[in-house]
Amino acid sequence: MSAIPKDERFTRTSLFHALMRRPEMGAVSGAVLVFLLFLLAASPTMFSARGVVNWLTVAGQLGVIAVSQCLLMIAGEFDLSVGSMIGFSGMVMALLFRFAAVPAWAAILAGIAICLCLGWLIGTIRVRSGLPSFIVTLAFLFILRGATIVSARMLNGSTMVGGMREAKNTDVVAALFGGQIGQGVCRWLADIGWLEKLPNGTPTVTGLPMIIVWCLVLGAGAAFVLAHTRFGNWIFSAGGDPRAARAVGVPVDAVKVRLFVYSAFCASVFGAAQVFEYGSADASRGELKEFESIIAAVIGGALLTGGYGSVVGALVGALIFGVVSQGFFYTGVDGDWFRIFLGCVLLGAVMFNTQVRRRVTGVY
Amino acid sequence: MPTPVIEVRGLTKHFGNIVALQDVSMTLMAGEVHCLLGDNGAGKSTLIRTLAGNNRPTAGEILFQGKPVAFRSPADALDLGIATVYQDLGLVPLMSVMRNFFMGREPVIDCVLFKLFRKSEARRIAREEMMKIGIDVRDVEQPIGTMSGGERQSLAIARAVYFGARVLILDEPTSALGVRQTSMVLRYVARLRNEGIGIIFITHNVRHAYAIGDRFTVLNRGRTPGTFTRAEKTRDELEEMMAGGREMADLTEHLSHDALEHL
Repeated sequence: MSAIPKDERFTRTSLFHALMRRPEMGAVSGAVLVFLLFLLAASPTMFSARGVVNWLTVAGQLGVIAVSQCLLMIAGEFDLSVGSMIGFSGMVMALLFRFAAVPAWAAILAGIAICLCLGWLIGTIRVRSGLPSFIVTLAFLFILRGATIVSARMLNGSTMVGGMREAKNTDVVAALFGGQIGQGVCRWLADIGWLEKLPNGTPTVTGLPMIIVWCLVLGAGAAFVLAHTRFGNWIFSAGGDPRAARAVGVPVDAVKVRLFVYSAFCASVFGAAQVFEYGSADASRGELKEFESIIAAVIGGALLTGGYGSVVGALVGALIFGVVSQGFFYTGVDGDWFRIFLGCVLLGAVMFNTQVRRRVTGVY
Repeated sequence: MPTPVIEVRGLTKHFGNIVALQDVSMTLMAGEVHCLLGDNGAGKSTLIRTLAGNNRPTAGEILFQGKPVAFRSPADALDLGIATVYQDLGLVPLMSVMRNFFMGREPVIDCVLFKLFRKSEARRIAREEMMKIGIDVRDVEQPIGTMSGGERQSLAIARAVYFGARVLILDEPTSALGVRQTSMVLRYVARLRNEGIGIIFITHNVRHAYAIGDRFTVLNRGRTPGTFTRAEKTRDELEEMMAGGREMADLTEHLSHDALEHL
C-alpha cells in the first residue's frame, strides 16, 4: 500500500509555515506595529514606569474577559452579557458590603457565586432553547444592567455606591482583587534609583494592580486547558462542527454551559477588582466591555463562527486595546480619535487573519 | 455457510404515508464488500440510517451475528462495532489531523480538575494509523482542511477502524472524489475487506461499485429486486436495474438527436 503517492502538500512544513499557522500571528504582528507607532508618535512618558502600568492595567482588565470570551468563541458562542455582568457583580458585592454589613471577603465570594449561577442559567437557556447566543446574551445584557440600576436605586438611592476604599487594606480577599502586588519591589527599585519618586517620597509606581495577575493566571490556565486537556479538544470540536462532535460523543451542550459559567466568573473577577481597587461600585461599570472583549478575541485570531482561536492571541488583542486606548493621551491627538483607530485596527487585523487562515488551513 | 455479520429481513420503513423502504432483505458477510446501489431517493440513506441506529424500522428485523438486535441510538450500533462514515465524514476541517482522529475519544491521564490529553501518544498513533493506509502525514498538527478529499475520506474510515469497527457503512465515499482519489479510497476499502471487515458500500456509481463489490443489492423506490454476485449481472444490467439505466440510454439518444437537429 505504500505505493500510494504522497500528497505534495504534506511533504514540507517550513518554520515559516508552522508560525503562520498559529492563530495569534495576526495579533502579534499587529501588536508590534502598534508599539512601533506609539514609540514614534507618543511622548516618552507613555513608556515610563507609570505609563506602562497605566496601559497594562487597562489591558489586564480587558484580558480577564477576553480570555473567557475567546474560549466561548472557539466553542461557537459568544457572551454579550459580560459588560453588564461586570457592573452587576460589583454592585452585588458593594450592596452586600454596605447594606448587609457582610465582611468584604464574604461579599466578594457571594457576588462571584451569584454570577456563576447566572452564567449557568444563561448557558442552559442558550443550549436548551436553541436560540442563538446573540439573542440570549443580549437579553441578559439588558436584564443584568437593569437589575444593577434598580437594586442600587432601591437600596442606596443613587446608582453609585462608595465607601469601600479601606477594605483592601484590611481584608485579604479584597486585597486579592483590588490590591497591588510587588509593592516591596517598587519601593526597593525607587530606593536604588531605578524608579522615580514623587515629591512626597513615594515611588511613581507603588505596585502592579492585582487584575494584571488575575489576567495572567486566568490566561495561562485557559491556554493550558485549551491546548493540553480533553476539555480543550471538546471546545474546539464543539465550535468547529457540533454535529460531528456529538456524533463521536462530545457533550457539546455541557461544554458550552461550562464556558458560559467561566465567562460569568471572569466578569465577576473584573467587577470585584474594580470595586475594591477604586473603592466604589457604579451601575454603569463595564459598559461596552462585551464588545471590547470580542474585539480582543477577534484580533487575537478567534473566528465568530467558532472552531478557531487562541487565548494568547486574545491576550495580545487586549494588550493592543490597552496601548491604543491609553496611547492617544500621550500623542497629543484628541482622545476621541481612539475609537476610530481601534475600529481600523480591528478591521485590518481580521482581514489579515482571514487571509492567513484560508491559506494555512484550506478552509474558506 | 457462515453466519452473516448483519442480516436484514423484510425491513420496512414508513415516514407517515411515505414508503421509504418496503420489505428489503440483505446480508453482509465478514470480509465482503456489499454494494448498495440506487438512485437518489431510492432508500439508500434510510436503510443505512436504520442500520446505524438512527431510525427504527416500521417492520422487519435486523440480526447481528445471527441474533436479533434493536438499536435505540447510534451508540448501540457503535457498541457492536457497526460504524458509519457519512458523506460529511464527521470531521472538523479547522482542527488538526490528530485532534480529529481522537475527537471524543481522547487518550487521557487524570490530573486534579482536568483530564490531560496525552498528545504525544495521540500524535504517534494518528501518524502510524495514517501511515498504515499509505498516507504520510508528516505533520499531524496540520488542519484537516489542507488534506485532499480522498485523504479525508481515508482518515474518517481509519478512525472508525482504529476504534473497533467490525462493520463499516460507507455512505457515498467516492461520490465527491476525482479518479486518483477514488482509487486511493477503493484500494483502502479492499485492504479492509481482506482484514475481515464487512463493508456496506453505498453508491450510485455502478463503475465504482463494480470495481470493488463482491455482491450488489439494488434499491429502487424503496424496494429491492434482490442481491446479485458479480457473476450474475453485468455492469450495464445493474445500471439498468437502478432505473437510471434506461433513462440514461434514452437521454443519450435524445441528446444526440437534438444535437443533429441543431447542426
